[in-house]
Amino acid sequence: MLRKLLIGTALATSFAFSAHAADVKEVQMLHWWTSGGEAAALNVLKGDLAKEGYAWKDVPVAGGGGDAAMTALKAMVAAGNYPTASQMLGYTVLDYAAAGVMGDLTETAKKEGWDKSVPAALQKFSVYDGKWVAAPVNVHSVNWLWINKAVMDKIGGTEPKTFDDFVALLDKAKAAGVIPLALGGQNWQEATMFDSVVLSTGGPEFYKKAFNDLDDASLKSDTMKKSFDNLAKLVTYVDPNFSGRDWNLATAMVIKGDALVQVMGDWAKGEFHAAKKTPGTDFLCYRFPGTDGSVIYNSDMFGMFNVPEDRKAAQVALATATLSKSFQSAFNVVKGSVPARTDVPDTDFDACGKKGIADLKAANEGGTLFGSLAQGYGAPPAVANAYKDVVSKFVHGQIKTSDEAVTELVKAIDDAK
Amino acid sequence: MSTVATTQIKLTPERSRPTVRARLQDALPKIVLAPSFAITIVFVYGFILWTIYLSFTNSKTFPSYVITGSRAYQRLWGWTFDTDPPSSWYTSITNMGIFGFLYILICLALGLFLAILLDQKIRGEGVLRPIYLYPMALSFIVTGVAWKWFLDPGLGLEQTLHQWGWTSFHFDWIKNKDFVIYTVVIAGVWQASGFIMAMFLAGLRGIDGEIMKAAQIDGATTFQLYRRIVIPLLRPIFLSAFIVLAHLAIKSYDLVVALTSGGPGGSAWLPSNFMYEYTFKRNEMAVGSASAVIMLMTIVAIIVPYLYSELREKPR
Repeated sequence: MLRKLLIGTALATSFAFSAHAADVKEVQMLHWWTSGGEAAALNVLKGDLAKEGYAWKDVPVAGGGGDAAMTALKAMVAAGNYPTASQMLGYTVLDYAAAGVMGDLTETAKKEGWDKSVPAALQKFSVYDGKWVAAPVNVHSVNWLWINKAVMDKIGGTEPKTFDDFVALLDKAKAAGVIPLALGGQNWQEATMFDSVVLSTGGPEFYKKAFNDLDDASLKSDTMKKSFDNLAKLVTYVDPNFSGRDWNLATAMVIKGDALVQVMGDWAKGEFHAAKKTPGTDFLCYRFPGTDGSVIYNSDMFGMFNVPEDRKAAQVALATATLSKSFQSAFNVVKGSVPARTDVPDTDFDACGKKGIADLKAANEGGTLFGSLAQGYGAPPAVANAYKDVVSKFVHGQIKTSDEAVTELVKAIDDAK
Repeated sequence: MSTVATTQIKLTPERSRPTVRARLQDALPKIVLAPSFAITIVFVYGFILWTIYLSFTNSKTFPSYVITGSRAYQRLWGWTFDTDPPSSWYTSITNMGIFGFLYILICLALGLFLAILLDQKIRGEGVLRPIYLYPMALSFIVTGVAWKWFLDPGLGLEQTLHQWGWTSFHFDWIKNKDFVIYTVVIAGVWQASGFIMAMFLAGLRGIDGEIMKAAQIDGATTFQLYRRIVIPLLRPIFLSAFIVLAHLAIKSYDLVVALTSGGPGGSAWLPSNFMYEYTFKRNEMAVGSASAVIMLMTIVAIIVPYLYSELREKPR
């Protein structure tokens, strides 16, 4: 019995060691892109790396979704068992960099000219203390309207240019008996829509002050109150069954023509593509009324960990491949986002993608590229989630007036800071 | 212990070989148990202490080991009285009260009732029993998703009844911030009451039939029989069922997530959701730890007096 036990222990230890000693020609990647379009997009990267002789190894995460992956990452890092890279969002990269576990890709960045090609607003998250610690994969933007063209034609609507136009358009849809606004009543979706409402109501300067600088005066200003009133107005156009709905189900309502419009980030385009719809003929993409010229972004990044020397070559190969123009184009065509560098040709993109690329470039040059607070690019997670709480409680009626909402918003953000 | 063994050896040196063997045999259970004992000490009690420690630091994304005082508790205490609009913590603890109370009460009542009915020597008990018991075999996630679809006004019960012609039927609790927690109770009760029934059924089968007969001869009605004799005799089962249900109630994090994804405006949160949300999503590990400590204290405050009062009477 004792011998069996010893053999068992020996086996277990050898397994543990073999799992630990990572192959130097291997890229260990933690991510949650497992569903159709995203997985397909990632295959492009796997192919690119295979050409250079690097094998791809997914770090398994039980239970899908970004939260589970982040919990797994925390455990891996705490155990000193770093993956080559991990999909990460916004402030998470900076948190890990501050903890001193991120690698340094500055040399590669210099060689590849990332400083010039990656928008400055993005570099705030991919560069820590002068060192490149992450490779941005894409830029999503959240201030989009996704409209079913058939429904739009039926009600005789045109592109809304102002918030009032938008309300008039929603009224038309209501009169025609379709659900005007498809919304999923989960806090991040409500807050994502509110990002756009605030930008539309207060303009770019105001958005930046309130949601990126967290300026108290702006947060409790009348403009913010007005924004909450506008949000309340939009919420009157959703169907009674909206609460708790997933975002892709809301997109499906627009695709099927049950609803006219959804306010959602450009990942919604992936759903339209999956349903074999083409922009311009089946669906329309407009900037949220009153936000043309500005882009509220979020971005997926591959955070690069401080792996042992012998694994660094694989890491550099991964980072270089990630920011190569060919991958940026191929990946983002599938994903629905736009490239994280502004010098990628837009030839392969559809109409919405071309507009997205042009808008990003213009916003980058004009200084109107802002991080989305709802998506964790405006402030650290504690603040962003406090914000989502307040917006969601306002939408669902726990907070009853815009006055109260503003007071609560300031209180919640101060408390979380 | 070892001194006893050495004295034995000194007293009987000629039988030292069997003694070593006997000592080994003596110690074997302890050696075998030692790993699991050590694991429990470290991974349960050790981490409880670690959590308590963290709750007094200012840990954010990662644990920090510098004690900075009780700010996390002060914030929780402040939120406890933030009722308008309800803070997430206030929502969580009131929901825990509502959910815990109704869940345990209804499960016990329903379980006992079903067990009594099944105990009437009816035909087909062997078929009926597993039907009630099997929901327990499902994970909370499966239960949550199934009930989410069933209770969704646009998909499940309401929609179906509308299609059958009962168009005035209205049941949208799962979308309603004030009632969503009761849908968690419904799903939870559905899952656990069959198991509680099985526990009570085992208890009922253990009751001596002679007592029942004696009571019937004395002219006790069926109600009196159960009220005065059967239920008091089932007291140990109540204790076991209560403990099982209490810990199921406190750990039912996944049910809330799968069924309501937090509910409208976070109105279905339980303290476990609060703890996970703050520790892992908001990077406020200290607050998360403090809430975990308060959960633990609450359980201790409820379970310990109950266990004490129940177990003290045993030697009687």
